[in-house]
Amino acid sequence: MKKRLFSKPFIYTILILYAVITFIPFLWAILSSFKSLEEIVSGITFLPETFTLDNYIQIFSQEPLFLRWMFNSIFITACMVFLNIIFNSMAGYALARIKFAGRKFWFFLILVVLMIPFQVTLIPSYLILKMFGWLNTYQGLIIPGMVNATFIFMMRQFFLNFPKELEEAAQMDGLSRIGTFFKIVMPLAKPALAAQAVFIFMSSWNDFMRPLIIMSDEEMFTLTLGLNTFKGQYISFWNLIMAASTLMTIPSLLIYAFFNRYFIKGVTFTGGK
Amino acid sequence: MDPMKKEDHSQVFQKRGSKQKKQPRRPKKVRSKAFKEGFSGYLFMSPTIFTIGIFVVIPILYALYLSFNDVQLLGGIGYEFIGLDNYTRSFDDDRAMIALKNTAEYVFIVVPVQTCLALLLAAALNSNIRGKNAFRIIFFLPTVTSSAVLTIIFMWMYNPDGLINTILAFLQMPTYNWLADPSIALKSIMIMNIWATAPFFMVIYLAAMQDISDSVYEAATIDGANWWQKFIYITIPILKPVTFFVVVMGVIGTFQLFDQSYIFSGGSGGPNNSTLTIVLLIYQYAFKSLDMGYASALAVILAIIIMVVTLIQKKFFGEEKLHD
Repeated sequence: MKKRLFSKPFIYTILILYAVITFIPFLWAILSSFKSLEEIVSGITFLPETFTLDNYIQIFSQEPLFLRWMFNSIFITACMVFLNIIFNSMAGYALARIKFAGRKFWFFLILVVLMIPFQVTLIPSYLILKMFGWLNTYQGLIIPGMVNATFIFMMRQFFLNFPKELEEAAQMDGLSRIGTFFKIVMPLAKPALAAQAVFIFMSSWNDFMRPLIIMSDEEMFTLTLGLNTFKGQYISFWNLIMAASTLMTIPSLLIYAFFNRYFIKGVTFTGGK
Repeated sequence: MDPMKKEDHSQVFQKRGSKQKKQPRRPKKVRSKAFKEGFSGYLFMSPTIFTIGIFVVIPILYALYLSFNDVQLLGGIGYEFIGLDNYTRSFDDDRAMIALKNTAEYVFIVVPVQTCLALLLAAALNSNIRGKNAFRIIFFLPTVTSSAVLTIIFMWMYNPDGLINTILAFLQMPTYNWLADPSIALKSIMIMNIWATAPFFMVIYLAAMQDISDSVYEAATIDGANWWQKFIYITIPILKPVTFFVVVMGVIGTFQLFDQSYIFSGGSGGPNNSTLTIVLLIYQYAFKSLDMGYASALAVILAIIIMVVTLIQKKFFGEEKLHD
């Protein structure tokens, strides 16, 4: 340990420098969102000269659809998280615990699906959604994404190591498979479900390409699309754009602040896969 | 709907059951238990089978079909079988070649840089320092932020008289037209994405490093190895499989670049096609020119490239990990 003493200041320098590099774009965006337009165009100031909340108020008054976009994003993300948690866990549980004919085949299929880049299914999925009349609808975005092969795989691994005794006891007491699953197994799987939830939240909240293709009506836009449109309409009104960006990022940051250990767990799972 | 499903599953099950000849002789109670298992198995799998069937399996077959056809989207959908024409067309398509060149350049620069950066940051974090968690939480911030927001923030920082040029000018360094100069624009996206993705891989490296037993390092310390020597001769060789994984994941991710170049160029791939990527080109052909047959052929080519990379990774790394 003593031999490392020499390099310690060096290590701290690297880490602090990189922390600053990571932090500056966020800080810059947030600070700018509190500046007036005059200050934005007149050149570079770091801290706002006159601190103003006008930008945040203006977003909602000038872009009446902003609230709608927020609602769309929240609604779609909430549905995605809820459905994914239940369906991925059900599939993972079946693949790990229930001995049914064709189980190996379905597991193999999940592994294959994991390798398929989603761009190849994009155009046909669009045509299928068109045939269903689901373009420009919530279900068009939610239903195709309501299960996720990565998390089915993760839940299967989780349930393989899950103690069997509890389920057996529950079945002795006359609970059915479904009853056992929802009343006994799911409550005990909370940490795995939380890791799943944060990742589904992030991928749905931040998704850009799928909403871009499926939603054509501005009223149906999610926040990511809305933000892009907003940027196009208010070019050079960077104070407003930064305020909108900040608003959009706050939910992610809050969830990250509260659940950051699940993020790390989820990433290391993806890594260990 | 429900009774239908029940019948369906029992049929599937019985077909399999009769194949394995031993089962029909079993006592009635066991058979009904096996039936119940089969039923609940398919009940639990039904949302997955439904969704993956309709939105993954059928689309893959459909994509192949589309790629061999000239697809017309007027009123209904019209198909005209044209064999391999869509595939051969891609070789004569200048924009496809530009997109391939841009994407390849992007992959070859971003993957090595972000991998090295991730390894370095993880090594720094893994040493015996204070505030490890705080650093990790800060480093991870870009990973949780949407690519749309990050791109927009960077576009503002990249403005001709924006933050980055101001800092560069202050340091007496050359400034660039980050957004509008065709020779720079793709590099602007590279810098941004290295910054955004490296921390994700850092977390993977860090987890692997924490699994390396201390005794290995202690032995090296006794032999008089310094920090750098230990890093080069112990850490890097042990982490080889992780590096392989990080590189492959990096290649797959960078091949799929879309959001950033779309937002950066307003969907055009400009300036002068300099930010045009394969996925952006597929998007343009499919949803702007409505040339879905050709776009599908390009998507199939992309999928093949990505799957080959994935299979190589599975062969060298995935298998051994799956069995432990």
